[in-house]
Amino acid sequence: MSVNIAEFRHDFAIIAGWLPFGGKVLDLGCGDGALLEYLKSSLEIRGYGVEKDDANWLACMSKGINVIQMDLEAGLSDFEDQSFDTVILSQTLQAVHNTEGIVREMLRIGREVIVTFPNFGYWRHRAQSLQGRMPVSKNLPYQWYDTPNVHLCTIYDFDQFCINCNINVKQRLVLTANQPVTFMPNLMGSLAMYRLESMPKK
Amino acid sequence: MSEINPSSLAEQSVGIVAAQTAHFKQPLRLKSGAILPQFDLVYETYGQLNADKSNAVLICHALSGTHHVAGKYNADDKYPGWWDNLVGPNKPLDTNKFFVIGVNNLGGCHGSTGPSSINPQTLQPWGSQFPVLTVEDWVNSQTLLADYLGIQQLAAVVGGSLGGMQALQWTIAYPERLRHALVIASAPNLTAQNMAFNEVARQAIITDPEFHGGDYYAHGVVPRRGLRIARMLGHITYLSDDAMGAKFGRKLKDTIRYSFDAEFEMESYLRYQGDKFAGEFDANTYLRMTRALDYYDPALPFDGNLSQALDKVCAQFLLVSFTSDWRFSPARSHEIVKALLDNELTVSYAEVTAAHGHDAFLMPDPHYHAILRNYLYNIKVGEPS
Repeated sequence: MSVNIAEFRHDFAIIAGWLPFGGKVLDLGCGDGALLEYLKSSLEIRGYGVEKDDANWLACMSKGINVIQMDLEAGLSDFEDQSFDTVILSQTLQAVHNTEGIVREMLRIGREVIVTFPNFGYWRHRAQSLQGRMPVSKNLPYQWYDTPNVHLCTIYDFDQFCINCNINVKQRLVLTANQPVTFMPNLMGSLAMYRLESMPKK
Repeated sequence: MSEINPSSLAEQSVGIVAAQTAHFKQPLRLKSGAILPQFDLVYETYGQLNADKSNAVLICHALSGTHHVAGKYNADDKYPGWWDNLVGPNKPLDTNKFFVIGVNNLGGCHGSTGPSSINPQTLQPWGSQFPVLTVEDWVNSQTLLADYLGIQQLAAVVGGSLGGMQALQWTIAYPERLRHALVIASAPNLTAQNMAFNEVARQAIITDPEFHGGDYYAHGVVPRRGLRIARMLGHITYLSDDAMGAKFGRKLKDTIRYSFDAEFEMESYLRYQGDKFAGEFDANTYLRMTRALDYYDPALPFDGNLSQALDKVCAQFLLVSFTSDWRFSPARSHEIVKALLDNELTVSYAEVTAAHGHDAFLMPDPHYHAILRNYLYNIKVGEPS
């Protein structure tokens, strides 16, 4: 059942392709646990989620997913250094306040980090901005007045962020309508997916 | 996302229940080195033990709890057992599925061997001679009760506060004998402030002129005043400032009289609770229950490293804390969560937004009960007998 979710959540399938079989995975802001459930059934990962919202937490727990209720902005000191194979922040980056702090915490906890976010530079978003309105799209479904998003960025912006923070981008994939985009990704791409690691020490 | 309710059937009471007593003739060596030559444990059960005995759930009580968890002794009883909102047919701890055991801990005053019991060697009440017990001793005695009931492995051990410490201790001392631990509003040890409240409570009892060094039974008196003050102090700490404000505020019963009578409603409440408790609880038991709380510290032999203390644990965990609980704060539950994560154990942790303070773990808050209901629903048990 849950394996089929990858047919319409291609980003889930890509994330699965970046994980080791049976790996230990932490999903920050795991929502209702759909990604962890999929990874558990497809890759037999040992998964933990972090989720703040009561209803989402309950949905995770009911799926039999390990879920820790906490606000990831309040610190992740429950998790030891390098204690996970992969730490995932799936379409949550744009909603966190302490963006740099959280990405650094992820790199502390995980040997590898996966970050995905809606690309604000996507041409549809730019077109709506040019028309003088805040963009609303499939990946940015909120109105300006009810959005949880506080730190929207473009692929260009995030690339610069990684350079400035000395973070190594192992791999970057850009999707639109579940299809990979290679031509002018910052303009043509709707969803950005990054595999990150700490810059190897010289 | 709507909350999932695995049981949409109406919640029912377990009905009329009766306590039972298990006699243990073998001596029990306690952590202190003292030996109880023989002892009784009084207990109640709800639901049916299934064919492969895989559906038993033990409920461990806190400071003043008893084996009487659910139901009533007769139809005229004013109140049911202390966790009746949790245990019963179609309730979160569903007795259609589980065989639930409530036990009165050793040292108690509701039927299990305790300071007010007769010492078989002197034929007098134990009184001051009754040993100081620990959480470890309680859990050891509870495993003997499980043996007595023919249960090799419990589906779960459930406890709040001091009861949560017992659930945690089960997973440490008897990792193969339970599959799940539900540790609610608890902590891996008490903070200094928390122990300080216990010390004040004990001093109130011990300095009561009618305490007689713990041998008040022979004098035909009880240290009622001390026990009353101890309980009043406890009640302050079980509620949050906000909950007390909401419940009583500065409300007067009548008018200011420039006296030291109970003029404020809060004072009436504390006096009522203190009087009620002093009339039904044994002071020597209260001393021992608070001491067991103080002493529990499974990380102590590991230089305070709780992760090492949980090294042998294999149970799956649900931890729950409450935002307004300042006696067993969410931060204390996080310490357990961290140690379980360090050992790569199966754990879920919920922090319930609740105004009631420590008492919240006994309240039927819908989200809290949905958490317990869904967790318990997912526990696998064998076929009914």
